[in-house]
Amino acid sequence: MNIHEYQGKELLKSFGVSIQEGIIAETPEQAVEAAKELHQKTGTGWWVVKAQIHAGGRGKGGGVKLAKSLEEVQELSSRIIGMNLVTHQTGPEGKFVRKVLVAQDVYYPGGSSIREFYMSVLLNRQTGRNIIMYSTEGGMDIEEVAEKTPHLIFKEEVDPGTGLLSFQARKIAFKLGLSGKSYKEMVKFVTALYRAYESTDASLFEINPVLKTSDDYILAVDAKVNLDDNALFRHADYAVLRDLNEEEPAETEASAHNLNFVKLDGNVGCMVNGAGLAMATMDIIKLSGGDPANFLDVGGGANAQTVEAGLKIILSDNNVKAILINIFGGIVRCDRVAQGVVEAYKKIGEVSIPVIVRLQGTNAEGGKKIIDESGLKVYSAITLKEASELVQRLVS
Amino acid sequence: MSVLVNKDSKVVVQGFTGSEGTFHASQMIEYGTNVVGGVTPGKGGSQHLNLPVYNTVEEAVANTNANVSVIFVPPAFAADAIMEAAEAGVKTIITITEGIPTADMVKVKHYLTGKEARLVGPNCPGVITPGEAKVGIMPGFIHQKGNIGVVSRSGTLTYEAVDQLTKLGLGQSTCIGIGGDPIIGTTTQEAVELLMNDPDTDGIIMIGEIGGSMETDAARWIKEYGSKPVVGFIAGQTAPKGRRMGHAGAIIGGKEDTAAAKMEVMRACGLHVVESPADIGATMKAALE
Repeated sequence: MNIHEYQGKELLKSFGVSIQEGIIAETPEQAVEAAKELHQKTGTGWWVVKAQIHAGGRGKGGGVKLAKSLEEVQELSSRIIGMNLVTHQTGPEGKFVRKVLVAQDVYYPGGSSIREFYMSVLLNRQTGRNIIMYSTEGGMDIEEVAEKTPHLIFKEEVDPGTGLLSFQARKIAFKLGLSGKSYKEMVKFVTALYRAYESTDASLFEINPVLKTSDDYILAVDAKVNLDDNALFRHADYAVLRDLNEEEPAETEASAHNLNFVKLDGNVGCMVNGAGLAMATMDIIKLSGGDPANFLDVGGGANAQTVEAGLKIILSDNNVKAILINIFGGIVRCDRVAQGVVEAYKKIGEVSIPVIVRLQGTNAEGGKKIIDESGLKVYSAITLKEASELVQRLVS
Repeated sequence: MSVLVNKDSKVVVQGFTGSEGTFHASQMIEYGTNVVGGVTPGKGGSQHLNLPVYNTVEEAVANTNANVSVIFVPPAFAADAIMEAAEAGVKTIITITEGIPTADMVKVKHYLTGKEARLVGPNCPGVITPGEAKVGIMPGFIHQKGNIGVVSRSGTLTYEAVDQLTKLGLGQSTCIGIGGDPIIGTTTQEAVELLMNDPDTDGIIMIGEIGGSMETDAARWIKEYGSKPVVGFIAGQTAPKGRRMGHAGAIIGGKEDTAAAKMEVMRACGLHVVESPADIGATMKAALE
C-alpha cells in the first residue's frame, strides 16, 4: 500500500524520526491557518506548499512551491489544490491534487552549510535481508545518481538476527561526511528510521532528501512510504491511510471483489486464473498484434460471480475492442467455468465486443462445447496458439 | 531418480484439518502420494482422512519418520510452521501458503541458514514427481512420467507448460514450483542445479517472471555448468514499471527486472528462449532432437 508524504512523515515521527514539520490542508483557507500554526510552533517565516499525490517528481511538475508570506501561501495553495499535476510518474494525464502539505521552511541560513542526502530502506531480494541504501547525493533522482556516480551510493545490510547495529548507524553517519552534532543526530535518525521500517512492516522507505540543516539537525524532508500489503492484517489502524482517490476506480472495484486487477492502456482486455499465466496472456496479446488493456487474475475459483465482476470491470474501459478469457482448469473444471462465462454473459446483457474464451485442462472439450452451443457471440479455443490466432484476427 | 520428492517420500501435512489442507491432502493421497499424517495444534490424537493428527511436527516426525512437509497454514502463522518443520528435522518443506508478510520470510530465511532443511515456496503450487508423489495443489492428471524437469515461479502457467509437454509425448521427471514471493526458499538456480544433476532429467524448462534477478543468476550458472538443453520463458514482457502484477515478487524496480533484460541474458547464456508461452513445449521437443 502506498501512502501520502504527510501520512508517511507522521508515521516516521511516531517512531522518533525527526521530520520537516507540516500540516495538511484541503482548502487555501486551511492552508493559511496551517501556516500560522506552523509559525507559532516552529517559528518558521517561510513555508513550502507541497501537493499530496502518490507520485514522485512533484517539484519539477510545479507541485511544490516556496511561499514567503501568508498571501503567497493562500495564492500558491489555491493554484495547487485542484490542479492536474503531471510528473514523470503520473503519465501524461496527470493526477488531480486534493490536498497540500504546508510545511516549515528548513533551508534557513545558519552557522554551517546545508546538505542534502538520500536514504532508503528496502529488501535485498538476493540475500533476503533488509538494506539501508544511502548517498551523499540527495535531492535528485537516485536512478540518475546510480548511473552517473555509482560510487557515491552506499549500502548497509542488516542481519535479521541482530537488527541494525550501532556501528552500522555510526558508519552511515561517517560515510556521509558528518561530525559533531550532525553526526550524533544522523546516528539517531538512522536508528529510528530502521526501527520504524521494521515496526510498520514497510516494504519501502525512501527519504529524499534527508536534510542536514544549517544548525546541524537531520530531518526527513520528503517521505515515500510503502507498506507490505501482506502484513496489513497486523496493523488494522493503517486501513485509514488508504486513499481511494489515488487508485484507478476500476482497480478499487476489482479489489472489492477480491480480483487482482491492474489497468493498462491497450485495446484487448483479458481475464485469467493465476498471476503468471495472466502476465503470459498479456504477452500473447502483444505478440498477436494487440495491446493488453489490463492485468486481471481471478484466482483459483473462476465461477459465474467472479467472471461477471471481471467482465464488467473490463467492459467499463471504452478502449477495449476484444476480450480474451484464458482459464487453465486444474482443480476447477472447464465445463463449470464455461457455464459461469455463459451465465455472466447473459446477465450482463449487451456485450458489443467479441469475447474469446480459451479453456484448457480438466474437461476442456466439454467447456468448449458449452461455449459453442451457447448461441452467444463468443469464440472458443483450447490451445494458446488458437487463442492467439483469434486475437490476431479480431484486432486486425 | 527425480528430485525433492519420490515414491519413498513420507509426507506430513501442516494445516491438515483446515479446508485447503483437507481438500489437497485427499487429492495427494488419491494420486498415490505417501501421506503419513498431519499436524493441527490442539487436534493431536484424533484421526483425519484415516490418518493420525499430531499437535506438533516433532511428534509427527517421531511417530511417522516423515521427511517431507507440505504447509497449508494461513499466512499469519505460516512462517512459524516452516520453522517448526525445520526444527523437527524435516528435510524438504514445501509451502503453498500465499500472502506471508515479507518481514516474516526475512526471519525464516535467516532461521534456515545453516540448517539442513530445504524450503520450497512459499506461494507456490508445490512439487510433483509424476507417477510417484504429488506434494502440492497442481492437477495430477496433466502430468506424465518422463525426463523433462520444470522450474517455475508461477502456478497455472506451469500447468500450461506441463500440458504442452505431455501432449507432445514429453513426460516430466520433477516439476518444481518455486513460488512468486520476493523471498523464497529454493531459487531458480538451485532448482535448475538439482535437475541438472539428476540423471533422469534430459532437458529443463525454466519459467520466470519480471522482478528480481533469479533467472539471470540461473542463466549465468547454466552457461558455466549446464549440460542439458534449457528452454526459458519470462512472463511479463508487457508489464508496466512499478506495478505489482499479482505475485508479490512480480514488480519491475530497476532495468534488470524487466522481461526483456532477463531474456537477453538468458539468450546470451545459451538458453532456448521463447517469446510466446505457446511455444514452450515445441521448443523443448526441437531442442532435444
